[in-house]
Amino acid sequence: MRGQRATGCAGHSGRDLLNGLLFISPWIVGLGGLLLYPIGASLYYSFCDYSVLQPAEWIGAGNYIDLATDEVFLKSLANTLVYAALALPMGLVVSLALALLLNTGVPFMSTFRVIFFLPVLVPMVALAVLWMWIFNGEYGILNHYLKPVLAFVSEHLLGGRPIAPPGWLSDPLWAKPALVVMGMWTVGNSVVIYLAGLQDVPQHLYEAAELDGASWLQRIRHVTLPAISPVIQFNLIMGIIGALQLFAIPYVISPTGAPARSLYFLPMYLYDSAFTYLRMGYASAMAWILFIIIFVLTLVSFKMTEKRVHYGGE
Amino acid sequence: MAAKSLLGKLLALLALSALSVTFIAPLAWMILTSLKPLDETMSMPPKWLPSSVETIQWENYVKVIVDKDRWDPDEDPVPPFLRYGLNTLYLVVLGVVGTVISNALIAYGFARIRWPGRDVVFALTLATMMIPFPVIMVPVFAIFRELGWVGSFKPLWVPAWFGSAFNIFLLRQFFRTIPTELSDAARIDGCSELGIFWNVVVPLSKPALAVVALFHFMYVWNDFLGPLIYLTDQKMFTLSLGLQFYQSQHGGTEWNLLMAASTLIVLPLIVVFFFTQRSFIQGISLTGLKG
Repeated sequence: MRGQRATGCAGHSGRDLLNGLLFISPWIVGLGGLLLYPIGASLYYSFCDYSVLQPAEWIGAGNYIDLATDEVFLKSLANTLVYAALALPMGLVVSLALALLLNTGVPFMSTFRVIFFLPVLVPMVALAVLWMWIFNGEYGILNHYLKPVLAFVSEHLLGGRPIAPPGWLSDPLWAKPALVVMGMWTVGNSVVIYLAGLQDVPQHLYEAAELDGASWLQRIRHVTLPAISPVIQFNLIMGIIGALQLFAIPYVISPTGAPARSLYFLPMYLYDSAFTYLRMGYASAMAWILFIIIFVLTLVSFKMTEKRVHYGGE
Repeated sequence: MAAKSLLGKLLALLALSALSVTFIAPLAWMILTSLKPLDETMSMPPKWLPSSVETIQWENYVKVIVDKDRWDPDEDPVPPFLRYGLNTLYLVVLGVVGTVISNALIAYGFARIRWPGRDVVFALTLATMMIPFPVIMVPVFAIFRELGWVGSFKPLWVPAWFGSAFNIFLLRQFFRTIPTELSDAARIDGCSELGIFWNVVVPLSKPALAVVALFHFMYVWNDFLGPLIYLTDQKMFTLSLGLQFYQSQHGGTEWNLLMAASTLIVLPLIVVFFFTQRSFIQGISLTGLKG
């Protein structure tokens, strides 16, 4: 604070403090009452037997020990991780590819951008209902177009062995890929963010690379990707947070995660534990495990993108 | 990066056109299904268009909105779907007004006034963005239960009046770009901090405030978990919760009505989007660049 001008009177900084606190006063309540206290309370509850109807009762690590052997929890955790492992890389590749295509200087760029963004506007519940209709095994439009493709594959590649079109949301094997497809449809948000990042890459870098005889692919790999790596990181972290908290869409498809619990995700079990079974302490323990997973994955993604920046490519 | 060759551009244009069709198709399918009579939704093979102009069922929309089966005028003079819409609108208005006012004030306190401890509180604010909602879900529910707010709209709009880390961050970044000379000049003219906020910073920040308002509108319209936790009375359901309820009751059968209901829920968002496209896209770009 060496360069700060002397204000001369103590009243000035006192007034600044008063003004500052007055302006942020709603946030003192919001941050303290609706964030910091709940975070602390939730950690405490996670070590308690708590039904919200009675005061919380300390049981030590009991909830966490129970979770370790709770098959439903392990199943829902596995579902969530499998979904994230499928959806994140797919989302990254698709949104980045779309943004790169949009950034080639094609005509109607902003029209295309609007089109890719439109699905983002569809509320989650409506999105789930719409795709249940598209994936419908009997009358669904998707399988209608898939059937001739599968027939062609069967005839020319499999020597006539028939392949049935997947039952999508009614087949435990295909339910998660179906959700991934739904996720692909809403990459528009990331596309817009990537595109903004791409437009910020200094043009002279490309020109220099071109003078060195770099091909289009080489320029993407050695100029574009390193230059937008902070944006990739941001989208990746947002993707992790979103994928691990996936709730509304599978809940609308089936509150019990049918078929065969293949769509029963961790946030759904958490919700059920808290509000159906009133096991609030148990639910809080789950929430902390979820938080730790998000935290670790975020750190990992930081490390990963860091490496890519330094060494350029795989 | 502009692809130099004409061929490259042409290929990109072709790929983008094909992809656009794929992205639009589900929305088109939703709207077209919503206009068909029930038997045509089950025709094999499926057809995109209703079989003729005469079979277009605008009545599907009337059926969704009036919904004679579920509407008991003695209990509620407004039919269910409209009631859900009114409830959602109520939450949107209270939430958006609260979000804009509170976050603008808070962000001003962080961006334009220097006070001891400010940077610590701000760092704490940013750190809370990492916390997933389920972590705070139970204690916040317990608080609202203590206050007797469960089953009311309050848990769904009151928090908006107390700021949110993301919006504070977004607005603070924007407020910091406004030259301090403007504030200083106003201060010399005898303006109070509140006067500077209102007369100098707010008028120059309209685009950023619009983005915050838009995002919150989207959030409330979309929110499912909040209403699911706090709303118990069907008459108080929001559109999202109402659609889920409708689908769990009629799902798997009357797809034309479900698609009409979905279209009605999506439509206001698309209309708002088309009027505010620029600030929308700019706002989203901003989240990534400054994040």
